[in-house]
Amino acid sequence: MTFRHALLALVVGAVLAASPARAVDLAIVSGDTGNGQRILREILDQYEKKTGNKVTVVPVPSSGTDQFGQYRLWLAAGSSDIDVYQTDIIWAPQLAKQLVDLTEATKDVVGAHFPSIIQSQTVDGKLVALPIFTDAPALYYRKDLLDKYGAKVPTTWAELAYTAKLVMDKEREAGNKDMWGFVFQGNAYEGLTCDALEWVKSNGGGQIVEPDGTISINNPQAAAALEMARSWVGTISPPGVLAYQEEESRGVWQTGNAVFMRNWPYAYALGNSEGSPIRGKFEVATLPPGSGEGARPAATLGGWNLAVSRYSKNPDVAIELVKWIASPGMQKYRALKGAYLPTIQALYDDAEIASAQPVIPRWKDVVLNAVPRPSAQAKSRYNEASSEFWTAVHNTLSGDGTAADNLADLEFSLTRLKGTAW
Amino acid sequence: MRQRARSAWLFLAPMLIVLAAVAGWPLLRTIYFGFTDASLTDLEAGRWVGFANYFSVLHMPSGRIIYDGLLADPVWWRAVWNTVRFAVISVTCETILGMIVALVLNAEFPGRGVVRAAILIPWAIPTIVSAKMWQWMLNDQFGIINDALLRLGLISTKIAWTASADTAMFAVLIVDIWKTTPFMALLILAALQMLPQEIYEVTRLDGVSPWKVFWKVTLPLIRPALMVAVIFRGLDALRIFDLIYVLTPNNVRTKSMSVFARENLFEFDKFAYGSAASTLLFVILVLLTMLVLRFGRVKLDRSY
Repeated sequence: MTFRHALLALVVGAVLAASPARAVDLAIVSGDTGNGQRILREILDQYEKKTGNKVTVVPVPSSGTDQFGQYRLWLAAGSSDIDVYQTDIIWAPQLAKQLVDLTEATKDVVGAHFPSIIQSQTVDGKLVALPIFTDAPALYYRKDLLDKYGAKVPTTWAELAYTAKLVMDKEREAGNKDMWGFVFQGNAYEGLTCDALEWVKSNGGGQIVEPDGTISINNPQAAAALEMARSWVGTISPPGVLAYQEEESRGVWQTGNAVFMRNWPYAYALGNSEGSPIRGKFEVATLPPGSGEGARPAATLGGWNLAVSRYSKNPDVAIELVKWIASPGMQKYRALKGAYLPTIQALYDDAEIASAQPVIPRWKDVVLNAVPRPSAQAKSRYNEASSEFWTAVHNTLSGDGTAADNLADLEFSLTRLKGTAW
Repeated sequence: MRQRARSAWLFLAPMLIVLAAVAGWPLLRTIYFGFTDASLTDLEAGRWVGFANYFSVLHMPSGRIIYDGLLADPVWWRAVWNTVRFAVISVTCETILGMIVALVLNAEFPGRGVVRAAILIPWAIPTIVSAKMWQWMLNDQFGIINDALLRLGLISTKIAWTASADTAMFAVLIVDIWKTTPFMALLILAALQMLPQEIYEVTRLDGVSPWKVFWKVTLPLIRPALMVAVIFRGLDALRIFDLIYVLTPNNVRTKSMSVFARENLFEFDKFAYGSAASTLLFVILVLLTMLVLRFGRVKLDRSY
């Protein structure tokens, strides 16, 4: 062996010893909306540079329903193609059996997160997913238009409908024919469950299934809330709202054709991005309360988490990746770039975030008081329960039966679904 | 002769084995799962439950009797009705339009080759792509269809095509007819081209009106081919999934049997129930095909 060879061997040996493990290829699946995919890629680029591992993002449609079906298929097939799944807050109880228990690996970091969110991802004492951002919706309003017509930010749903109609009519008279008052997510899908839960809860109508498992949805206040929403369709909201998901409503909003919009915080950064027609013209407020007894502002708790597949070939590396994406540094990056709400409490007091995305510090209380969907109660039957709920709501909104009748039917089908116990 | 039969089987064997593996085995598994309470979380843990997924009677402690299972599920029957209605309307329209297109293309005119190729484009585009395309064209705010109709003064307000109860099924039908008419036209055109020209010369000599020629000569002659095309399309339409899944996935007014089955299989924790629905869909298809073959007096093995 010549000297050169010996030196080469030494160098190679040193490099191998220096890197803690061999470079690993991982795959993460995500169906994020807006520019979320790009931000995720940027975060992963930083990770790749730091560790030398390679991470491929497998994109899936942004509709949660589509994602869930695809995840179920991959997991049922025991596929090792995907190591890390980005999961909705409501999926933990349904997918728990096929996800790695993260309790031990993350006990050093979970303390910094909102306890309620960690709780939502804990199934039978096992933490199955680590939160990377949380979601609580906002009422987006066109500040310029409200100022123009001397209207105030609404503090009840009734005020919202009134102001929306006022501004919409005036704007239409002024020649803006495509103007609408209020857009939300009215398509028959999980998003409608979120929107409708807010209407019902904010009107003192309970939260569909109470924490103790009681089915509470069939009550006059809930019916009144749905009747109120029905009265919007075709008056202040376009009839097409019944087919809108997040991106369709943002489409109407961001082209400047809506006075109000209910949407998640991601729309804040996009609305203020370069080239947006409404840049600097809008503000956000909390969703208003209704008028019934026990009425209070309500925001449905959303949010996304990362889970490691039980069938991953490199579960340990995958767990490290999950911890990296969920770390304070990366959550801050996500917040700065896309106004994503962190799940780490301390970041709400971060000065840099406060100046770049002023909406975030204001949202801490909204997150703390957000209403969870009944996924913990309904467990593996949540999707079906939610589908029953959104169908009843969608029927009501499209004028197919009254709210009271549809809720009575819903109570029956939920009771049947529940059986003797959830 | 036996030698020939043996070699025929030998040549067929690879195809039969592949068919059994990719079609037969999944079908048997689906039928089996329909009789269990399997969940997608753990498929092998399913236990045999007999016909419970299809029909069962529950006696509640209160003395109330509840009928359960697919056959007592209003959502399923709604899906069956939606699918059958969709199939009947779409196949009827496609047959009539396809016939008109085929008759036009059968005539001699300059540039016929180009037109024939062009008309096939909608059929060549993958359904998911064309469904997405139409979804944007049908969009209530930005869609080109509303824009065009507004400019023409045919409508006064924008129509929410896929959202409204009255137009959701209509929108699905428009897209399907647009997509599949070329297929029908092609099959009918193929049949038309096989017709002997002498008959037409005779009718011309006898001075028979074109209208009568169509009903008395052309239609009876292409009927066998037409029936095969209708059966193909009918079976296809009864399985309709992609179009509805893209355009109006969770709308109970357009939900088809396939969409219902998928929802139960993968979204709800009811894999067995979804399997039962798939099995029932299969049974319905088989029965309808047999009925059509019988009453349409079509012989698939007859050579033309």
